[in-house]
Amino acid sequence: MKGLSRDRLWSILVLLPSVLLLAVFVYGFIGRTVVVSLTDWGSDPAQALALNPVIRPVGLANYQELFTGFLQVRFRQELVNTLFFTLFFIVGCLGLGLALALVLDRNPRGEGLWRTIFLFPMSLSFIVTGTIWRWMLQPQGGLNQVPTALGLPAGSFGWLSSTESIWKFDWNALPLLTATVVGAVLALLAVRAVRAGDRTRALVAGACAALLLGWAFLVGPNVKLLPAPEPHGFNLALIGIIVAAVWQMSGYTMALYLAGLRGIPEELREAARVDGANDLGLYRHVIFPLLAPITLSAMIILGHISLKIFDLVYAMAGPDNTATSVPALNMYLTSFRQNQFALGAAIGTVLLILVAFVIVPYLANAFRGERGNA
Amino acid sequence: MKLFPAKKTALLAAALAVTSTASAAGKLEIFSWWSGDEGPALEALVKLYKQRYPSVAVDNATVSGGAGTNAKAVLKTRMLGGTPPDSFQAHAGQELIGTWVVAGRMEDLGGLYKSEGWDKVFPKDLMGLISSKGGVWSVPVNVHRSNVMWYNPAKLRAWGVTAPKTWTEFLTTCNTLKRKGVAAPLVVGENWTQQHLWESVMIGTLGPQGWQNLWAGKTKFTDPKVVAGFTTFGKVMDCANKDASGLSWQQASDRIVDGTSAFNIMGDWAAGYFTTTKKLQPNSGFGWAASPGTGGTFVMLADSFGLPKGAKNRTEALNWLRLMGSKAGQDAFNPLKGSIAARTDSDLSKYNTYSKSAAADWKRNKIVGSMVHGAVAPESFMSAFGAVIDQFMASKNAQGAAAAAQQLATRSRVGQ
Repeated sequence: MKGLSRDRLWSILVLLPSVLLLAVFVYGFIGRTVVVSLTDWGSDPAQALALNPVIRPVGLANYQELFTGFLQVRFRQELVNTLFFTLFFIVGCLGLGLALALVLDRNPRGEGLWRTIFLFPMSLSFIVTGTIWRWMLQPQGGLNQVPTALGLPAGSFGWLSSTESIWKFDWNALPLLTATVVGAVLALLAVRAVRAGDRTRALVAGACAALLLGWAFLVGPNVKLLPAPEPHGFNLALIGIIVAAVWQMSGYTMALYLAGLRGIPEELREAARVDGANDLGLYRHVIFPLLAPITLSAMIILGHISLKIFDLVYAMAGPDNTATSVPALNMYLTSFRQNQFALGAAIGTVLLILVAFVIVPYLANAFRGERGNA
Repeated sequence: MKLFPAKKTALLAAALAVTSTASAAGKLEIFSWWSGDEGPALEALVKLYKQRYPSVAVDNATVSGGAGTNAKAVLKTRMLGGTPPDSFQAHAGQELIGTWVVAGRMEDLGGLYKSEGWDKVFPKDLMGLISSKGGVWSVPVNVHRSNVMWYNPAKLRAWGVTAPKTWTEFLTTCNTLKRKGVAAPLVVGENWTQQHLWESVMIGTLGPQGWQNLWAGKTKFTDPKVVAGFTTFGKVMDCANKDASGLSWQQASDRIVDGTSAFNIMGDWAAGYFTTTKKLQPNSGFGWAASPGTGGTFVMLADSFGLPKGAKNRTEALNWLRLMGSKAGQDAFNPLKGSIAARTDSDLSKYNTYSKSAAADWKRNKIVGSMVHGAVAPESFMSAFGAVIDQFMASKNAQGAAAAAQQLATRSRVGQ
């Protein structure tokens, strides 16, 4: 048989252990977590840690509890925190990283030294970064003392302790907001499909958009997830954590961008100059488009780091500070302090789905690219 | 030069002899979160144990981390994995009962209490807190008081105010101080210290009996009196600093020392901090009073050790518990730890000024358990209650917070 040549047998034998380990310790445990999240393990303290606990399946009740339960305000605030944190973290890292890379690309004196300095924070663990920045951002002293060096009064910004938030919205409006945004995106796709002359696509996208927008305007305003309005917003205390996270990871994006910049052949730049491009035009029309794939992969890596962030927040603001908390922290506390194993598993599953949103399109893209090249 | 080999063999033989007797006579593993400042107190106990049972090898398995946050997680994996330590530390009361006793993982120590005569030397209120379902579940080695209000006597004199006796009086004093330019008359720290304050406000509002009813399930959190307690708590927090969540309890105490704030409600470990770290004299450098409305009430928390089912060295563990509950054990441990003995017959000459006053109150006062330190509420309640307090601080909706607390209590089976 052709399928079982010696080489093939060998390769299967060599791969088998890691495939088995992956199957058990990654996919098996993911499956187990999902199964646990559909049970009531931990809701009865007498059963939570018993030798042979009685565990009953409860369907999606844990998820319903998380998104609409009276007690789970903290989790919902954490989702909002994660959203804002991810946004500012990615934008900050990409912006700062690109700026540093552009500066270094001009071959300043002592470039190697600068590169090391900028890349250095990445070698620290988030716990160390968090501890250092907690000292610098503490309420009295630290960054708030900087103005006193110039004889000005000390600042009073609560870097990690502020409880104020901006851009508030009511959690009840979430379905409405989501439907509107998705509907608008679909409508845009439909318009583009019409322009491209793709009829079926335009029809499907258009119909979906109409359905969603119709729902948003007719039914959406009357949907109530919770009995009372529940405002969530961007907590100002997150700013301190975002600053520390950007400090840690922007060196990494710098390295990525620098590699990208160095990969652009000199001929291309020269050709652009010959064609009459000034510096600005050169960057806008030649260099930045060539850096687009790097931006994408940086976004993916930063995105999943920020979704599962735990240690930095733990070190900087402590585990019990709901204003700056993130779902990963809540998962830990729910499972290992409150012994609500099923609820903790549900939070973990939500987190996994969020990360999948970021990673799967990237993986799909990468696979397609590989097959295209092969 | 020639002597060395002989010496070595002799040493080796001696070492072998020691290890072999040790392994023959048994082992004891004690699991705690006492390290750093609290390490010496535990060492003193271990030393005493070794004097009594010289042939037992004591394995001090400490997992450091404040209030046992890390240790509890490690303990859980060990218990679930079927290798419990011989004896482990837990806050006395519901934190142990609501987690491990309800799950049927602990041994009843009622027999030990009877044979050692402990039911006579431990206060009755304390026995109530560590018992449930016809069993006594742990041996408290020390007692701390949570309802203490700390202040700086010199500063209070300068401001012309005295330590308030009730929460109404406190709010008046707070307004006076604000008029005198004290921005935050009360200092609080991170979330748990706010829960600590909440507890003092609640007991001050409900009284000790009302507080006990709350945890016995006789009073609901949605009761108007509890809602009123939340409202008072909101007003009290209006007197507090705005950067609370960035401060540890030590940093909050520092603001009493430097006179930025007038009052701080904290457990009596603050006394150790003031005397040892800050080198202040009791009564002149720092002063204390029962938190407003709780005069005559001792809100207690205690570290205790229990005996898990399936402990490998059960006899040694029982001896350990016997030592912890004994007068000698408690008097060796507590002066070093900065706490007082749970026994009412301890030798007061070994304690400092503050501890003497606390020990006197321990004998006289009505004793109730602390919520935030695990005496009256199970872990599942405590750990989630922080979010209720945070939510309340954001919304100042007393009714809503009370309703959330009640849901939480129902979920955690409080009082059932």
